[in-house]
Amino acid sequence: MSKAHGTNEADRSVGTDHRTASMNVPKAADHQVTIAIAGNPNAGKTTLFNALTGLRQKVANYPGVTVERKEGRWRFDAGLEPARLIDLPGLYSLDATSLDELLAREVLMGRMKDLPKPDLIIAVVDATNLERNLYLVTQLIEFSIPVVIALTMVDLAEKLHLEIDADKLSEMMRIPVVSVKARSKSGLEEITSAVRKIVVEGKEADPFWIGASEANEPSDEIHLSLTDNEAANRQIFARYNFISDVYQESVRTSDSERADISEKIDSVLTHRFFGLVILIGILLLVFQTIFSWAALPMDLLDRGFGSLGEFVRADLPPGVFTDLLVDGVIAGVGGVLVFLPQILLLFLFISLLEDTGYMARAAFLLDKLMSRVGLHGKAFLPLMSSFACAIPGIMATRTIENRRDRLATILIAPFMSCSARLPVYALMIAAFFAGQTVLGIVSVGAVLMLAMYSLGIAVAVVVAFILKKTLLKSPPPPFVMELPPYRLPNLRTVIQNMVTRAWLFLKRAGTVILAISIILWALMYFPRTEPAVSGMGAEAGQKAAHLESSYAGMLGKSIEPVITPLGYDWKIGVAIIASFAAREVLVSTLSIIYNAGEDEPENSPTLVSAIREAKHADGSKVWTPLTALSLMVFFVLAMQCMSTLAVVRRETNSWLWPAFMFGYMTVIAYAAAFLTYQGGKFLGFS
Amino acid sequence: MTLANLAVGSKAMVTRVAGRDAVSKRLMEMGVVPGVWIRVIKTAPFGDPIEIRLKGYNLAMRRNEAESIEVSE
Repeated sequence: MSKAHGTNEADRSVGTDHRTASMNVPKAADHQVTIAIAGNPNAGKTTLFNALTGLRQKVANYPGVTVERKEGRWRFDAGLEPARLIDLPGLYSLDATSLDELLAREVLMGRMKDLPKPDLIIAVVDATNLERNLYLVTQLIEFSIPVVIALTMVDLAEKLHLEIDADKLSEMMRIPVVSVKARSKSGLEEITSAVRKIVVEGKEADPFWIGASEANEPSDEIHLSLTDNEAANRQIFARYNFISDVYQESVRTSDSERADISEKIDSVLTHRFFGLVILIGILLLVFQTIFSWAALPMDLLDRGFGSLGEFVRADLPPGVFTDLLVDGVIAGVGGVLVFLPQILLLFLFISLLEDTGYMARAAFLLDKLMSRVGLHGKAFLPLMSSFACAIPGIMATRTIENRRDRLATILIAPFMSCSARLPVYALMIAAFFAGQTVLGIVSVGAVLMLAMYSLGIAVAVVVAFILKKTLLKSPPPPFVMELPPYRLPNLRTVIQNMVTRAWLFLKRAGTVILAISIILWALMYFPRTEPAVSGMGAEAGQKAAHLESSYAGMLGKSIEPVITPLGYDWKIGVAIIASFAAREVLVSTLSIIYNAGEDEPENSPTLVSAIREAKHADGSKVWTPLTALSLMVFFVLAMQCMSTLAVVRRETNSWLWPAFMFGYMTVIAYAAAFLTYQGGKFLGFS
Repeated sequence: MTLANLAVGSKAMVTRVAGRDAVSKRLMEMGVVPGVWIRVIKTAPFGDPIEIRLKGYNLAMRRNEAESIEVSE
């Protein structure tokens, strides 16, 4: 089969308006060539992009927005500077109704800062879904930029008995058509030479406009919507009419309505009953993986950095610098890297679920459930992942296309009780509710645990509902979602996606997390005091005394009036401030402050009894079961996690949303803890 | 009659696409244009969204959107 097909000047009169355009002639090799890759989602765009660029790619955001801009270098000609290859977001249309479409249009019109108008567009067209894919091409050819069609999935089309006459297609669309199998690398040579030919020979674009002409008027029995949009709708209709002609001339098919493999798979996977059972199974597997299987590598990282710290401390003279290096920098870097196992594993699953086509099915199955609170079906997986950790969960929201839906999901994700809250719940339960039961059999601890998880979910539902009615109010975006055919995932694309996510986390969020860890360390370290106590147990006593006189201690004391109504004293205040680094730090900070030794586990008898025995100046007990309950409620709802804020900053590309998130969650947490403590006292509990 | 009234398994031709501008436009861009034949594949477990097949591919939409597509069998 010949792979590259020339264009034909024959003027097709099917409602097309052919204007000769002499603008934008790419001058061979006198400047760096910019090439844009455009195509529908699931058309094989990423696979082709990866095949052409290899590892020479970088991901950034378009200025001021959260849409990702993927760019790579492509050496399409040995004698020329490698081309800048821009991977546009997956698009169905260029009508600028969505942000993705608007940005793609800006790129193609050369209106992007630091990005010249592309010299060429590679239009990725899925051969198994030719008509809808060609719709975008009918828009791309209007930009006076030469277009080359990369026809993907040709082998799959053959299996579906779709025979595509690439020469005819090329003739009717008036642009070169190249069949590509990016996986087996076949066709890459051909696309390279097609591109080289246009660039080196300085071939002109041959734009034509498909208008609503006589031939394209809908016949009497069918009507277009009579709205303000009528002109636009007529235009769409005309394009599809043109495409219909192209399709009829260039595609031969024997049985198009044959139920394909995907439909057979779907008879199980989106089945009313089995579909849900399998979905729950898959979600459980994902959850299990990031919740418990990621624990081993996380533990290793944690211990590795612990030993590294000890090793460095042993080798360096004691002093501020060593303490900064060990407790600030090394502990901070460890605190960043510890998230990597979860992120890598979650994105392994997300890539697999997306690339196989299952993600759209999961959204299809769950959409009704999620739409009740105004969320998209795709919000389910990110929210569930947030029970393990909100960091990968929030990163996973990028599968939700609509910006407002995505923001709403990000803003409620931290209400899901993550694994870092478990040590806090466990300590409180061990100290005040251990061994108690309700109705003689159910342990109070289990009930409380369930109550904390439910509280988080309930508040999330209410907040999502309110957000969608107020701040993120918008006419519901049309829920029109392709259910792409099931396909085997491309291992390389999957791995590349995992690596990209991990790298972006380290680069963008990691630096912020590291900076805040060092600030928190300094707050608890300075000002230095002279050791006053000596003898047995002196070290622990010193540490506690030091923490009390540190800036963090002062801060804790200064917020005491504010947190007294919640039942907390300044020591708990210090622990709350310190646990901003990570919620579980509450346990180790309380250990230090109560002289129980730094590395006590959450059920340590020393720590538990120290908490139980702690007394106010007047001799009354600091902690009561009600205090513990109030603190648990506070931890369910408060935004006590700098890493989450750093990731929200990265994902929303602004400090505004993390600031809003911190503010509103703290207010809700304070109010709920206040109600718990004061309400409990009012009802006579202690 | 609208797409929302069609029974699972039935085939029909789209005669008109109405509805809010954003909705009708998006639907038409996806190929749901007057004159095209569609087939209703199934409804999701909770009754919404629905899945249809047209132009050789499968599309899911909420009943809300389906109501703006007029069809004749």
